[in-house]
Amino acid sequence: MIEVLEAGTLTTLQDLGRSGLGHLGVSPAGAADAVSLRIANRLVGNPDTCAALEMTAAGVSLRFDVDERIAITGGALAAQLDGEPVPMYQTLTVKAGRVLDCGRIESGWRSYLAIAGGFDATPVLSSRSTDTLSGLGPEPLSAGARLIAGTSAVFTEGFYLRSPPRYGTSARLRVVAGPHQEWFTSAALLSLRESIFKVSPQSDRTGVRLESTPLQRIRNDELPSMGMVTGAVQVPHSGQAIVLLGNHGATGGYPVIANVIAADLHLLAQLAPGSELRFADVSRAEAVDALREQESRLQRDMVSADASLLAARALMTLAGGHASLKQAAVRDGNRRIRIRK
Amino acid sequence: MGDGALLVELDGPDLAHALRRALLREDLAGVKELIPGQASLLIVADPLVADLDAIAAHLPAVKAEPMLAGRLHEFDVVYEGEDLPSLAKELGMGVSELVRRHTQAVYEVAFLGFVPGFGYLTGLDPALRVARRSKPRIRVPAGSVALADGYTGLYPQATPGGWHILGRCDAQLFDATLAQPALLAPGDRVRFKVAT
Repeated sequence: MIEVLEAGTLTTLQDLGRSGLGHLGVSPAGAADAVSLRIANRLVGNPDTCAALEMTAAGVSLRFDVDERIAITGGALAAQLDGEPVPMYQTLTVKAGRVLDCGRIESGWRSYLAIAGGFDATPVLSSRSTDTLSGLGPEPLSAGARLIAGTSAVFTEGFYLRSPPRYGTSARLRVVAGPHQEWFTSAALLSLRESIFKVSPQSDRTGVRLESTPLQRIRNDELPSMGMVTGAVQVPHSGQAIVLLGNHGATGGYPVIANVIAADLHLLAQLAPGSELRFADVSRAEAVDALREQESRLQRDMVSADASLLAARALMTLAGGHASLKQAAVRDGNRRIRIRK
Repeated sequence: MGDGALLVELDGPDLAHALRRALLREDLAGVKELIPGQASLLIVADPLVADLDAIAAHLPAVKAEPMLAGRLHEFDVVYEGEDLPSLAKELGMGVSELVRRHTQAVYEVAFLGFVPGFGYLTGLDPALRVARRSKPRIRVPAGSVALADGYTGLYPQATPGGWHILGRCDAQLFDATLAQPALLAPGDRVRFKVAT
């Protein structure tokens, strides 16, 4: 059992969402940054489909009643275990009675906390995700709530991620053009490629709302309602685009000028309000290649590690900020890793 | 549409449902969603598994056919919606005339969307065609019966919304615990009655 001491700004349980129910009006929901969710799950030996905590803007504070193995990924935060800093992107062992404080998210916008066995909740339509649009699934976390971990396979080793992603306050997202280009002026089509868009504070899990010079439409009639997909760049009458995140409505009625490619959706989900964003055109074939490359990198960068290697990695990760660390050395395959301060 | 979806534009929701049924029979690898709209079917797939170009090149031929005759649902509506007086005025008719026209038609569920279990109902009296409210409401209560853009419908849950609210009813339109969570299905017919 884990007690929620502080719930953060918006913390929800998320897995890979509800697939195949769009024709009933059900949003896919699920983790906004599914890449970070999957990495967190793999770091604790879970299948990709387990539910983890999605923390927005600020992290949770948790008290553990039993020993657990956890991992934190996504937007950078300075987590502490009973006041001692702990690193992201590796397996962490938390002993019973200890308090984990995740603090504020310092870069990026969403962080993920996975636990061995996954966080448990009653599945709704085969998913433990909180659908923040319709309310399906578990309630968002609140202080005093108790979380339960599912049972996990026993394993002694842990993992870390080689070269974890870093998120800044600007991003260049790749898009595939269309399908409704003929609804827009040529100036709007040019502007999509050349303007800098700013992320509005009105953004949420349904979509990232952008502020820019309005993208002007030629047609002012309504688009017949149609199915929508994550990454669609919708343009309402105001000309201020909305890029859909995973909790978008299943259908929508605004024309779509372009679609962010699947491989860049995790970058979209990590854009904090005020961040700057540009779009770059790619072909569908290039987009699929990028996704394939992302998948193989995920496999490649996941490193199995024993306790001493994990400790050394933790030391290295944290060394920058901590004067008290003197040195550490450990063998990783054929390489000897040593740090001194 | 992007790297993971195909948008098939069609002449009406009947064709979208027919194509959906045909594609379900083919059981295509990697296809995650088949979402019918008013004039389209959106095919959402995992681009690493599905070959979208091959799917696009071999879309099964479908012909216009009446939707599968569904169930008839009758809803008792308390016509006391907030927008009833203003909408009647905008349409240039009395409130009772507006209610009479709304209860006279037998509607068809064209497709579902917006929120879980929300059916877009077609067959609205042409005299009741009106655009959405210029300012959407932050919260439309569950059970609201509303119309806009040539459709009418019932809100399964409280949600922001821009349609004109005519009244309310207490039907449960979506229950995630059921094998068929949505009460309405495409092709079903709907009739509204004045609650007595």
